[in-house]
Amino acid sequence: MSDMARFFDMGGYALYVWSAYGLVAVVLAANVAGPWFRQRRLLRRLAERDSAEER
Amino acid sequence: MRTPFNHLAAPMHFYRWGARLVPWLGACTVVLLALGWWGGLVLAPPDYQQGDGFRIIYVHVPSAWMSLFVYVVMAGAGAVALIWRVKLAEVLMAASAPLGAWFTFLALATGSIWGKPMWGTYWVWDARLTSELILLFLYLGVIALLAANEDRRRASRAAAVLALVGVVNVPIIHFSVQWWSTLHQGPSVGSFGAPSIHSSMLVPLLVSALAFKCYYLTVLIMRARCEIVERERNSAWVREMLPR
Repeated sequence: MSDMARFFDMGGYALYVWSAYGLVAVVLAANVAGPWFRQRRLLRRLAERDSAEER
Repeated sequence: MRTPFNHLAAPMHFYRWGARLVPWLGACTVVLLALGWWGGLVLAPPDYQQGDGFRIIYVHVPSAWMSLFVYVVMAGAGAVALIWRVKLAEVLMAASAPLGAWFTFLALATGSIWGKPMWGTYWVWDARLTSELILLFLYLGVIALLAANEDRRRASRAAAVLALVGVVNVPIIHFSVQWWSTLHQGPSVGSFGAPSIHSSMLVPLLVSALAFKCYYLTVLIMRARCEIVERERNSAWVREMLPR
């Protein structure tokens, strides 16, 4: 087995190791994306509110 | 009494200096996480009993440590909010709760994935797993209380009381593997004495744990900034900073 294949095989534990790391990576990324989009949406909505009041 | 701390703790100032900190903390998180996972997945030798399966430790243990750390921060912020009515403390409590719940979920889920090949089961009702599950419910309770009242300041007080009562669960989780006979193993890295794992395995673990701390700080500030804008949406400084 090549070094790369051995790395991905994780000594037969590939399914467990990669699903654990994958799950953590997805949850961590989603928790960054969440507040980032929330902030943008929030500021845009408030800006619209203010421009509506000025009219 | 006005001190420099009061100044920094005002939501408006936190909002501004938080924006400057986030990119740096985010960069630290990415670098440390890359180093920690590279060390854990590539450099560390396979375990003599668990082979490569033990590598789940580099995501499981940092998640579990953070689930407790964030809880203590959340409850501490709750106490400050209850006693001194500091707005920023309410904000930090509210921003910590969902993050702590996610760390707890990850600790439970990765532990479960690890348990299947090593113990032969995804779940057992032993003291460590059960008390960690109760931690998840405590977080969900705090989140529910925060969402249950339109008045954020009232909601904060109710949530802070629950968070403080729940602190009793933290030492129970920590010592559960010593107090009761659990299927979950005892600590490899304790507060006292030398760790029982070799430095080639320990260093990536500590680096991953530091990466999770940086991650928490980064996302805590991001969430807190959202929370501040929502709370202060009618104040002059928010109106002034909005894009025209």
